[in-house]
Amino acid sequence: MIALSQTTRGNILARLAVIVLVATAADACRERSPNPPRQYALGRDATAAEIAAVDIDVGPDGVGLPVGHGSAIDGAAIYAQKCASCHGARGEGIPPAYPRLIGRDTSAEGFRFGTEPFAVRTIGNYWPYATTVFDYVRRAMPLSAPGSLTNDEVYAITAYLLAGNQVIAPDVTLDSASLQAVRMPYVDRFVRDDRRGGHEIR
Amino acid sequence: MSDPKRLLGEPTTAVGSRAPTVQPSRAPIGAIAGSAFTPLQDLTGSITPSDLHFEVNHAGVPRLDPARHTLLIHGLVDRPTIFSLADLKRFPQVTRVHFIECSGNGSLAWSSGPLGVPSPGLTPQQVAGLTSNSEWTGVSLRLLLDEVGAKRAATWFLAEGGDASLLARSIPIAKALDDALVVWAQNGEPLRPEQGFPMRLLLPGWEGSTNVKWLRRIELGTRPWMTRWETAAYTDPLANGTARQFAFEMDAKSIITSPAYPDTVVRGWNLISGLGWTGRGRVTRVDVSADSGRTWEAATLQNTSQSKAHVRFTHMWNWDGRDAILQSRATDETGYTQPTRAELIRARGPGTLYHYNPIYGWKVAANGRVFFHGAT
Repeated sequence: MIALSQTTRGNILARLAVIVLVATAADACRERSPNPPRQYALGRDATAAEIAAVDIDVGPDGVGLPVGHGSAIDGAAIYAQKCASCHGARGEGIPPAYPRLIGRDTSAEGFRFGTEPFAVRTIGNYWPYATTVFDYVRRAMPLSAPGSLTNDEVYAITAYLLAGNQVIAPDVTLDSASLQAVRMPYVDRFVRDDRRGGHEIR
Repeated sequence: MSDPKRLLGEPTTAVGSRAPTVQPSRAPIGAIAGSAFTPLQDLTGSITPSDLHFEVNHAGVPRLDPARHTLLIHGLVDRPTIFSLADLKRFPQVTRVHFIECSGNGSLAWSSGPLGVPSPGLTPQQVAGLTSNSEWTGVSLRLLLDEVGAKRAATWFLAEGGDASLLARSIPIAKALDDALVVWAQNGEPLRPEQGFPMRLLLPGWEGSTNVKWLRRIELGTRPWMTRWETAAYTDPLANGTARQFAFEMDAKSIITSPAYPDTVVRGWNLISGLGWTGRGRVTRVDVSADSGRTWEAATLQNTSQSKAHVRFTHMWNWDGRDAILQSRATDETGYTQPTRAELIRARGPGTLYHYNPIYGWKVAANGRVFFHGAT
């Protein structure tokens, strides 16, 4: 270890402190105000409550999932009451208006939809993220009464649909942590668009 | 019939109407999550009349009160802000002509009929009526993001509509910085309810569903949200066992809108007329073939080709009375030329969904009757 006099040590610490302070101030500055103020002063500040009232989106990382829980067993009862009239008693759907939701037929496994026009896509054999089921059901279902389900009911219906598609076990109860952890069978099959114009047909 | 020169005509009216013999229809289908197709065969020029603009909705057309509807921009911004319609109208204004095309446009002509080829009994409206072209007026989204102080960390935004499905799409911020608009007017008047009244997102050249109607919220973040409309729907399965996601741009495409099924043509000179467009900039040329694609001739572009907008093309054709197949193909400024159906199937597989832009043909029989010819 290099021996330093008290004075030298003090100097170095002081300098470090200055550097840290300056860096922190610069970071804060950058974080707080990279942008000039409003040029036109139109619109008004949104309050936290106003944002919370409409900020309903759920991301694939689970961000936005609310407190609550529901089991596939609870979900079966809610599904029968609120979903089955359109999507069928077992999620078979009435295409094309009401898509099939449940199904892991071996004939439609392996993600061969590009070569097999008549393979029917379901949540289990196509959807890449389980959080999407929650997000979509909560924002748009049931069709005749969107927004009417409680968060617990949405968790339960999500669990029922995922269990019916053999993605989770039939006795699972979903909450934000367990839903976020669900991995869909074909998530790796989704790729970014590689079309770029030019001479190549993709 | 009485002589109109000798009869006093009809009085002026509050709102004009079409001639009694001209009654185009959007042929709406699906009472629940419906679509209605632009009758391309009835139109001339490049602008789609607003009441004939195609329509796709996912939970009906909402009735929104323009005095109460607002747009919230929040997330990775310095100043979460609520804009009213009146606020938006006070900003610097942008007016541009752009097409909007549903990425499912062409699905009826893609699926094979009983003979293994697309049905010959399809009209231009059924083949390609989910594209329309309008003059849009609004405010640059880039300007709005400056006003709310978008943070540099933001790479995506979520655009959400105020309809009963709260349709939401994730969009890269780069599009906002490029040419995205929040529009409230179409062809000189406020948006119509079916087109997003009182305000919608306009992403020039990008698939229709990203042009979120009834826009109520924009949230800035760092990754896509993976909504239903960018996972379960609007993803394109490919032959290699993958599905293309976030396939935003609409590739170059064209269709002859006259003559077409169910027209009958006569020998001699006929005007071939159609539309070309591309989501990647300008259409640089449209070629027409009258011999099944063996030879091609450059068509005349009627209007100045604008970026990400329909262009009307015409071509004079002298029919000799023998079987013929008429086709058109568009080329855009990236050098991309509209492929044949066979080329698209080779690239993507027969089961692919969305972004159908094959060359379309019309078969003219010796008796002059015209049928759709999809097997290009």
